[in-house]
Amino acid sequence: MSAVAAEASTGRYETIRIADPVARPTKIAAKEVYVHYGAKEALHHVSIDIPAQAVTAFIGPSGCGKSTFLRCFNRMNDTIENCRVDGVLDMEGEDLNDHSLDVVLLRARVGMVFQKPNPFPKSIFENIAYGPRIHGVAQDKAHLQEIVETSLKKAGLWEEVKDRLNEPGTGLSGGQQQRLCIARAIAVSPEVILMDEPCSALDPIATAKVEELIGELRQNYTIIIVTHSMSQAQRVSQRTAYFHLGYLVEEGPTESIFNNPQEKRTKDYITGVFG
Amino acid sequence: MASTAETPALAGAPSPRSNRDVVEQNLARRHRNEAIFRFTGLGAILVGIALVGVLFGSILIKGVPAFTQATMTLEVDFDPEIINIPERPVLQASQSVAEYEQALLSWRRRLAFVNWNKVIQASLAKVLPAAADNARDAAGMIASGERIKLRDMVEADPSIVGTTQAVSLVAAANVDVWLKGNIDRTLPQHMQQLSKLQQEWSDELYQRGVISMAFSTALFTNVDSRSSPATAGLLGAIVGSVMMMLIVLVVAVPIGVMAAIYLEEFAPKNRLTDLIEVNINNLAAVPSIVFGLLGAAVFINFLGLPLSAPIVGGLVLSLMTLPTVIIASRASLRAVPPSIRQAALGVGASPMQAMFHHTLPLAVPGMLTGAIIGVAQALGETAPLLLIGMNAFVASVPSTPMEQSSALPVQIYLWQGNELRNFFEARTSAAIIVLLAVMITLNALAIFLRNRFERRW
Amino acid sequence: MNTLIVIAVILIVLSLVYQWGASTSRSVARSAGVKMHSRPVYYGLLLVLWCAIPAAVVYVLYSLFAPTIINSMILSYLPADVAGDPQARVSAMSRIQNLASGFGALGDVPDYERQAARALTSLRWTANLAIVALVAVVGVLGTLFARSRIGPEYRARNRVEWAIKALLITCSAIAILTTVGIVLSVLSEALRFFTFVNPIDFFFGTVWNPRFSSTGSGGQGDFGLLPLLWGTIMITIIAMLVAVPVGLMAAIYLSEYAGAKFRFISKPLLEVLAGIPTIVYGFFALVTVGPFFSGIGAALGLDVQATSAFTAGIVMGIMIIPFVSSLSDDIISQVPQTMRDGSYGLGATRSETIRKVILPAALPGIVGAFLLAVSRAVGETMIVVLAAGNSPVLTANPFEAVSTVTVTIVNQLTGDTDFASPQSLVAFALGLTLFVITLCLNVVAIYIVKKYREQYE
Ligand SMILES: Nc1ncnc2c1ncn2[C@@H]1O[C@H](COP(=O)(O)OP(=O)(O)OP(=O)(O)O)[C@@H](O)[C@H]1O
Ligand SMILES: [Mg+2]
Repeated sequence: MSAVAAEASTGRYETIRIADPVARPTKIAAKEVYVHYGAKEALHHVSIDIPAQAVTAFIGPSGCGKSTFLRCFNRMNDTIENCRVDGVLDMEGEDLNDHSLDVVLLRARVGMVFQKPNPFPKSIFENIAYGPRIHGVAQDKAHLQEIVETSLKKAGLWEEVKDRLNEPGTGLSGGQQQRLCIARAIAVSPEVILMDEPCSALDPIATAKVEELIGELRQNYTIIIVTHSMSQAQRVSQRTAYFHLGYLVEEGPTESIFNNPQEKRTKDYITGVFG
Repeated sequence: MASTAETPALAGAPSPRSNRDVVEQNLARRHRNEAIFRFTGLGAILVGIALVGVLFGSILIKGVPAFTQATMTLEVDFDPEIINIPERPVLQASQSVAEYEQALLSWRRRLAFVNWNKVIQASLAKVLPAAADNARDAAGMIASGERIKLRDMVEADPSIVGTTQAVSLVAAANVDVWLKGNIDRTLPQHMQQLSKLQQEWSDELYQRGVISMAFSTALFTNVDSRSSPATAGLLGAIVGSVMMMLIVLVVAVPIGVMAAIYLEEFAPKNRLTDLIEVNINNLAAVPSIVFGLLGAAVFINFLGLPLSAPIVGGLVLSLMTLPTVIIASRASLRAVPPSIRQAALGVGASPMQAMFHHTLPLAVPGMLTGAIIGVAQALGETAPLLLIGMNAFVASVPSTPMEQSSALPVQIYLWQGNELRNFFEARTSAAIIVLLAVMITLNALAIFLRNRFERRW
Repeated sequence: MNTLIVIAVILIVLSLVYQWGASTSRSVARSAGVKMHSRPVYYGLLLVLWCAIPAAVVYVLYSLFAPTIINSMILSYLPADVAGDPQARVSAMSRIQNLASGFGALGDVPDYERQAARALTSLRWTANLAIVALVAVVGVLGTLFARSRIGPEYRARNRVEWAIKALLITCSAIAILTTVGIVLSVLSEALRFFTFVNPIDFFFGTVWNPRFSSTGSGGQGDFGLLPLLWGTIMITIIAMLVAVPVGLMAAIYLSEYAGAKFRFISKPLLEVLAGIPTIVYGFFALVTVGPFFSGIGAALGLDVQATSAFTAGIVMGIMIIPFVSSLSDDIISQVPQTMRDGSYGLGATRSETIRKVILPAALPGIVGAFLLAVSRAVGETMIVVLAAGNSPVLTANPFEAVSTVTVTIVNQLTGDTDFASPQSLVAFALGLTLFVITLCLNVVAIYIVKKYREQYE
């Protein structure tokens, strides 16, 4: 039964939800999120709980609204002129979608890594120092250097770049650039990191490094990742959500989604019948 | 591998959430800076727009009043006592054309030597009896160029001698200045332009409606004049400018379009075409006055073409406009998607056929826009024209591009330098309004064409 | 009227030739039973080219040389004393022309004039007949030659396309020729100037006082470039101080803050400033801005002259605002969106993103744009001619009158056809200086902008 048909028969489509075997605290609870681009509704009443200190993967065919939903978490949709987001995104009692909430502060707490590595045309050091500087986090030069160093270490990049911190960030390889972008996001100590297909522009070795990094980061951060790679979702995530045509079809523990999908479309997608 | 090996958190990692307070502290300051920056940007645009307003406003305020001018309607007696001339000669069979011309010339000379001031004085005396005794003051009331108007009337139809005709005559510039309040009426008499008597007459005639503010047709139907500022007009300048625009259209546009076609579609990519490319971009940024030097040295000094002639001006402006046309034409050729070209080549057309049958028709609107903008730019250009002698005083309408002529922007330059400031400031502004009106029309046409034919691929 | 008939006849003949070529190719194909290499159109066009081009060449050669030859033949009719005296010769020749054209001449007509006129009339007849016949013969021969080559194998299309390509290449070459023409003409006249004045005295002289060429023997005058160059630099600096902040901030607001609607309205409004002719700015500076500043100066107890470096610089800055803003707008929108996303994703405000990410990324392009703006300011003429005060002295006070390179070019060359005195030749030395300065600025700027564009392509 297609989502549209389901909606026609029951009035609305209900997401299939499977609880976690181990209970995790919820970091963000999205309730009834709708997104419109102009008159077009791109996301229909999406509700999901994002667990803390874990990796949640969004999967689904192209154009189903994964990126759109991801961008709701740090209000990057604000930068798109005709985009409107309705609904509640409750992060520990605060509604992220409340327009009285300061996006600057929000984005310091919810960082983002993009599909294509996008280092600034500055030195490696300046790339990392950018966030702490604008937020006034660093007390002095030594502190700033310390932040840069720890961030690069956490991103697993320190050994590779420690001798050339003053060289331009655009001179690194693609995989290094993406890890630089992750380090840049970490440097402002966010609570949540959003990643939109972070490995789609990388080769397998660089991808493996980034995946390993994600595995380490989830100890301290809540991570949401959008990916087109089933195997990547299985490797890095604890929970998975499957989107289709703007509907959240099914969400649950990664293992259960991949081994025992409830919905036919989820099954077709992960077994590669379509998508 | 959802269950990655648990690695202990790195030592010394700042615990999440610890930065929140710091960030919050700075927020107010950062948002303030943001607002300041934003308003500076908005301010910059508003300043720019305000400047457009001030510029247009100041020119309109000064120039619009000059489109109407103090004009008197008088009953003019074409008194045969004063206009004492023989019959107009006609070509006789026994005469050569040269002899007839000679006779006509001497008849015209007789006509020109008629004391027209006396005719004017007499007709003025009909409304102002005092004018009969004050010849000088009376003559000073009417623009001196209007004597020519009376003469032309008689020349066109000698039979009006002996009749009385209602003629509207442009008042002298000083009368116009006085009535429009462009001179301080409280100035002591020795600093005034009108005599005491003339001041009284002007006011009186204005009140009686003999003098009224009428549309200044002289501005459009007369050529420049030094002796009679009130009847100085733009006709010669307009005709000169139109001639130059036509030359630019005929010379720069085809050459520019063809050069663009070659460079964009056929030129091999090599050092030479790179050089041409840099050369054209540079030429577009060369100061216009340098083109004037080129014109002076090549067209006038070397080729011996006449000074102040629209042909020289047109050629100089064509060279100046050429890069603009080439750049715009290339851009519009480039905007045609390669798929169209490839489709044509795919069905066996030669590159030349693909170009002329498929690409070029699609690029024409863009090229046209570029051409119009180029012509508008050439229309407003002044500096190069000064160097080829177009700032000479020319009181005739050119009938061929080889004759001496003025041009609109140059006429503005000449008028702004006229010593009769309080009259010519307004007249110059009026000339500017005419120039701007033409330019804005051209640009609006270009924008219209662009919007009308703009395609999205 | 005559010309129209001639043009019509030529067009009819050419279209007949075209038809002949096309139909020949069809009949050749039919009789040989093969397919022609090209479509009939090309055989027709080829015949037209072969008919028209040689005939046109012959006609051009005739019109270049015939008048001189005829003239010299007529000269032989004049008695030695008339032919020897240039003035008498010119007047005799013009009388002869008038007699020959049937207009007639006044006074006694000497015999030799009558004879010469008769000779001229018959010469003209023969010459006209001869050229018409010659053109016709050449056209027919060309057509027949091309006709004889028509065959199934003959690649007419390639020949026609070759001819078109040659035309296109010629047009592109004109752009290059313009530059060569500028360099050669300006350079050669400048070199002539340097035979009068030592280049060292020119380039490093601190006094500008060229005197008039008519004052004759009283020495050469001083031709020191530095006061003019300094005036140019001072005005350029003031102009850039106005144009860069306003233009750049306007560009930033338009590209980063403004909504589509605001942009749609305000951008063209700002661009209006770019379309206004510089003579209008000059007039605005002279009658509005200058007096305004000197009024403010007087109120503050400062001596501010109405025409000064300050007035000219401010108004020139206003003129350059849209130039800076539209170039910067282009450059800024080339910075990829991912760069902005990266910064916003970290929690930067818009102004932080602009100042710390976008502007540094766009810096090279913006520098290029500024250099182009400087080049424009340096070469600008009319504003400074009207508003800078024309006083070539070395002064550091922007409120005093100065002069510039461009103003001096205009002053030294306008209306002056005398290319022999240093007083007018100096204009070319100044023009050369100006050309070299702007050339350097343009080439560097164009290079920087090009490299910048490639970086983000
Ligand atoms: N800026 C926009 N304006 C209008 N529509 C948009 C915009 N961005 C996305 N959309 C539409 O919203 C829908 C969801 O887009 P989204 O980018 O979220 O898909 P996605 O799941 O991330 O796809 P992909 O896997 O290809 O990245 C699509 O139909 C898309 O066309
Ligand atoms: Mg996406």
